[in-house]
Amino acid sequence: MSRRTRWNGAALAVVMGGTLAAGCGAPGGDAPQPEAPSATLATAPTCGTAPVTLNAYVETGFPLPKELSSEFSKQHPNVKWNIREDQFAVITQNAPRVLADDPPDLMRLPQVSELVKNNLLKNLDGYAKAFGWDSWPASQLEQMRMTPGGKTRGEGSLYAMGLNFSMTGVFYNKKLAAKIGMSSPPATLAELDDALAKAKSAGITPIAQFNGGATGGLAFPLQDLMAAYGPSGPINDWIYQKPGATIDTPSNLQATRHLEKWIKAGHFWKDVNAVDYATMMSRFIKGDGLFMFDGDWESGNLDKQMPGDVGFFLMPPAQQGGRQAAMSAPLAFGISSRAKNADCAAFFLNWVATDPKAREIGVKVGGSHPMGPADAPMPEVTKGTVTASTLEAGAKIAEDDGAMDFIANATGAIYAKSWTPQLQKLVAGQQTPEELLKSVQSDYTSQVGGS
Amino acid sequence: MTRPTPDSVVDPPATSPGPAAVTRKRGHARAAGLRTPRWVGWLFVAPALGVYAVFVLRPIALTVQYSMYRWDGIGPSTWAGLGNYARVFTDPDLYDSILNAVKLIVFFSVIPVVLGLMSASTIRRIAASRLALVGRTVLFLPQVIPLVAAGIAWSWLLSSAGLVNQLLTSVGLGGVARAWLGDFSTALPAVGVIGAWVLLGLCTILLLSGMSKIDPALYEAARMDGAGPLREFLSITVPSLRQEIGVCVTVTVIAALASFDIVYVSTQGGPGNATMVPGLEIYYLAFSERQVGIASALAVVLMVLVLVVALPIQWLTKDRSS
Repeated sequence: MSRRTRWNGAALAVVMGGTLAAGCGAPGGDAPQPEAPSATLATAPTCGTAPVTLNAYVETGFPLPKELSSEFSKQHPNVKWNIREDQFAVITQNAPRVLADDPPDLMRLPQVSELVKNNLLKNLDGYAKAFGWDSWPASQLEQMRMTPGGKTRGEGSLYAMGLNFSMTGVFYNKKLAAKIGMSSPPATLAELDDALAKAKSAGITPIAQFNGGATGGLAFPLQDLMAAYGPSGPINDWIYQKPGATIDTPSNLQATRHLEKWIKAGHFWKDVNAVDYATMMSRFIKGDGLFMFDGDWESGNLDKQMPGDVGFFLMPPAQQGGRQAAMSAPLAFGISSRAKNADCAAFFLNWVATDPKAREIGVKVGGSHPMGPADAPMPEVTKGTVTASTLEAGAKIAEDDGAMDFIANATGAIYAKSWTPQLQKLVAGQQTPEELLKSVQSDYTSQVGGS
Repeated sequence: MTRPTPDSVVDPPATSPGPAAVTRKRGHARAAGLRTPRWVGWLFVAPALGVYAVFVLRPIALTVQYSMYRWDGIGPSTWAGLGNYARVFTDPDLYDSILNAVKLIVFFSVIPVVLGLMSASTIRRIAASRLALVGRTVLFLPQVIPLVAAGIAWSWLLSSAGLVNQLLTSVGLGGVARAWLGDFSTALPAVGVIGAWVLLGLCTILLLSGMSKIDPALYEAARMDGAGPLREFLSITVPSLRQEIGVCVTVTVIAALASFDIVYVSTQGGPGNATMVPGLEIYYLAFSERQVGIASALAVVLMVLVLVVALPIQWLTKDRSS
């Protein structure tokens, strides 16, 4: 091959590649335009009587949406479903593209701010008014509200709706608790510390938790400790990206130091940095671990796997009788701004919260508190089950106004890229509590201000 | 956004077949005294060239274009010039991932090639026995298993209660037992071991087939001159396998630099970024942080890095006798 022909080839490649890429101009700009403020609906929409097929995109491994959809079709036979399932991580990665290119009528949503910024989600204010969602307890919908342009969360228009809302706290193994003489759940942080120490000296792993891969589960106890040491409001402000919010506060530092103390005392498994969520669950169910910081989406499962042997309590406050807080988040579903059957989808969301049969499915299958008005009838739950105690905890949190979103949901990348590696370093003794909070805060600032 | 594949990265200079074909054809035609129009060669090449342009060149060009913008993948983008490249070289998270990939070369390249040479010559020595067949099959098996399955199997083996630790404990080495993939100091080597296991088979088979081409007379001559097995290996086998070794090193170095699957399945870059590699970082940047610009810039840097490493290897191991 002569030198000249080789150069011809290179030139050709450049020209062809350039031609194919040029003519597109700057990338992007195919996102929908902002919607006009939604008109007030005269009457609440319905699914009508003509055949409708609702396109839904849901999380795989959780049977709730499917159970609800088939019950809905039973009551409204003209509605058929076309359901696509993916793992939550996949949904998170694909959400913007799916909403833009293949708009579903209903979709399980990850963190919504980026989606609202690009006008991918339907503004649900009109439906909220028509169905009366705005008379429900405000805290149920707060996390799904966004100011115009997706700048701040927690206020503004409604962009998603929950199928139910979950509650987190501490599960405990009653058999192991009896061994260390713990007859009732700890009422203060000091009592919890005491129980942890007793378990440790009795040769029981005090806390079953995961912290491996890209999901740092120590964020669960960390946020609970934050809420025990300080008020939950500023934590929510940080998650909602309110201007000037910071995670690097004195009370959060106390909380992080407390977590470090637990780590150094050996309260977690030695290989916690290699334990993923599924491994944690199977070990806890096998009886390895006294406490586990997790959410009520597992209560149905635990009632089935360890009937009668599991209890649940909310993270105890630092002082006796103090206000309690918990991570609590709606199982958020949204409607694409380009959805074909938005009215029917909204009708379905309202049905999930108000239809007695749907509420029952929500509790039995989903294990969590249904959405809806405060005085809506609650489905019967067997006394003494974990499900019963997680539902009770929900009432306590509502009373203390202690619902927080999860610190991992502050931005799209904060969990995988900041909390997880930082917490893994804390476990390995390669990070200090001070630097951990500083580092997360600086990542947060660059993500919130940067993109 | 594209991840450079071995073909797209190594081949462009070698597979721009258009002009080469034309030159050859013209030379031929002149010799035969026939006049074939210049463009006929292009006609034959066109389909392949079209596919190549659409699926290889265009994505590369688009990636280069995206790397100059700040873009979330959906909304409007803003021009960033070379700012994204500056970030790649100044953000410790990003260049650390490149360093990790370079470290992986030891496991993905050096170990498989060295062990591959040893096992290939051993298998060749016992070629007639049934053991050789078993050895070949066992060593090549990892190539048949999907990388994801290999990653899952290995993460079980390497877990704190896994087979590796059980074996260590049973021989009295319980003290070193640990969660290999969850420990900051051992996670990257552990990922490297998985890679070495996967690539050893490929190298062995490639080298073995190269060995079958070596003229037996050379060995005979060497033996007459009193050469032992080691001398034979160093003076005949290794030099004769120059090209095969070149291919092995190229393929495995690219596998190390562009690694993704094994890391994604076994550690997802953890603990604390200890096993973060550029391929995974690009994926996180593009799909979780939605910074398509920086992801593209890192992808371009990775592509250039692969070229910078792979081209000299190609040149060094080229067979100059022909």
